[in-house]
Amino acid sequence: MPATKKSETAKEPSKGRLRVGVLALQGDIEEHIAALRACKVEPVRVKTPEDLKSVDGLIIPGGESTTVANLLERFQLAKPLHDRARTGMPIWGTCMGMIVMADKVVGAKQPTLGLLHIEVKRNAFGRQTESAEEPLEIEGLDGKPFPGVFIRAPWIESAWGGAHILSYVDGKGVMVWQKNLLGTSFHPELTDDTRIHAYFVKMVEAAKG
Amino acid sequence: MKQKGTEKVKRGLAQMLKAGVIMDVTTPEQAIIAQEAGAVAVMALERVPADIRKEGGVARMAAIEVVQRIMDAVTIPVMAKARIGHFVEAQVLEALGIDFIDESEVLTPADESYHIDKRPFTVPFVCGARNLGEALRRIAEGAAMIRTKGEAGSGNIVEAIRHLRQVTDDIRRLSVLPEEELVSVARDLGSPVELVREVAQAGRLPVVMFVAGGIATPADAALCMQLGSEGVFVGSGIFKSANPAKTAKAIVEATHYFDDPKIVLEVSKELGAPMAGLEISQIPKEQLLAGRGW
Repeated sequence: MPATKKSETAKEPSKGRLRVGVLALQGDIEEHIAALRACKVEPVRVKTPEDLKSVDGLIIPGGESTTVANLLERFQLAKPLHDRARTGMPIWGTCMGMIVMADKVVGAKQPTLGLLHIEVKRNAFGRQTESAEEPLEIEGLDGKPFPGVFIRAPWIESAWGGAHILSYVDGKGVMVWQKNLLGTSFHPELTDDTRIHAYFVKMVEAAKG
Repeated sequence: MKQKGTEKVKRGLAQMLKAGVIMDVTTPEQAIIAQEAGAVAVMALERVPADIRKEGGVARMAAIEVVQRIMDAVTIPVMAKARIGHFVEAQVLEALGIDFIDESEVLTPADESYHIDKRPFTVPFVCGARNLGEALRRIAEGAAMIRTKGEAGSGNIVEAIRHLRQVTDDIRRLSVLPEEELVSVARDLGSPVELVREVAQAGRLPVVMFVAGGIATPADAALCMQLGSEGVFVGSGIFKSANPAKTAKAIVEATHYFDDPKIVLEVSKELGAPMAGLEISQIPKEQLLAGRGW
C-alpha cells in the first residue's frame, strides 16, 4: 500500500470530523461500523443519495453482489456513487463490495459500477465448504501477516489501467489498489485487526485535504 | 496455511446474509426467480412447508437431484434442510457441497432427544429457536446462525413475532442482571454459562439471528426487521402468492428499507393475493411444528 499524503492545513488530523460511510443496504454493515469506531471516526450508514452526499469516503461491505447491484440501480445510488468515485472520493469494497466495483465479472452479465479496472471471478475458491482463514502478506503493510478471512470469496483474474495487486493467494490477486479505490477479497471487518481500516481512513483523510 | 470450516468462516457466511431475504424454492426456475428478485440465498426443498402440512406423512431431506439442480441454477448460496438429529442426512448434504444446512423442525424429527453435534462439520448450520435457552443450546452444539421458529407454512406472523420478542426480551433481561445471578439464570435457561455470560456482556447473540415461519407480505418482513431481526426467511409466502416474482422483489425491498414506510407502501402496491393464512388455534396440536426440538 502506498504512503498517503499528509493533510497540510490542519495541525491535528481532522479525524473526528471525517465522515466515513458504510453502504447499508445488505451485508455485514455493523462489523464495518464497529471497525471504523475502533479507528476513532464517526461512521455513517448510507442508504440514500442524500446520505451519500454527506460522506468523505465509503465502504461497500460483504454481502450478496446480485442483491446489492439490483438495489443500487433501483434506488438511484449507482450514478451518484460513480460520480463521487470519479471526483476522487475513496471507496473500499470488501468481497461483494469489490465485485460491485469491478469493471468485469467472469461469466456474468450482472451490472457493476465499473470503477476498479479488474476482472473478478465470483465464488472463485469454491462453495462455502472451501471458505477459509489464511494469513496474508500484503505489499506495504508492515508487521505480522494479516489475518485473511475468505467467505465464498472472489479473486482477481486480471488487472489493468492503474489497478495494482497488493496481495496474492494461490497465485491469484486478493487485494487491489487503484488511486482512490481499494478492493479486498477478504473481510478485515471480521477480525480484530484494524490495520486496513486505519489505512482506508488515512486515504479518506488525505483526499479531504 | 489455510484453515477451512473454522467458527469464524461458518458464522461469517451468516453475517454476509444480514438484512437479506432467504427464500424457499422447489425448482431451478423458482431459484432463478428468487435470485433475480434479490434473495441473498435460497432454501432448496422438495415441498414448501404449506404443502408438507397439507400432505402429511414423513418429511425428509429433499431428493439429491432436486438440491443439485438448484445448486447448478444459481450463484447465490444454497441451503437445504436435514431432519433434527439426522447427522447422516447432514453428512450427505455436506458431501454434496451445500453452503448451509438447516436442521429443521419443518421436517419430521429423526431423534427425539438430541440434535446434531454441528461442531465437527465444515458446513455451517442454522437452527430454529423459540427462546434464548433454546438458541444458546443450539449455538453450544455448533449452530452458526439462529432463526426464530414461528409456525412454518401457516402464513400467520403471530408465532414468529412471539418467538422474536421472547428471544430479544430474554437478551435484554440478561444484560441488566448482576454477574452473580448468571449461573442460576444459565441453569434456568438450560444453556452453558459461558454463552450466557457472553450474551449478557454483548447484549446480543454471538451469531446472526433471522426470523422465519409465517412471513407472507412486505409489511410482515419490515415488522420483523423493526423488532430487531437481522433478516428474514420466507417459505411458502412467495411461491404460494398470486404473483411470486413481484412478491419476492417487494419483500426484498421492504427488508432493506424496513424503516422507510414510503418504500414499504410503494412495494406493497398491486401484489395480488398473498398466500392464504391459517389461524394457529385451528391447527391440530399434533401438527404444530414449533414444538419440535429440545
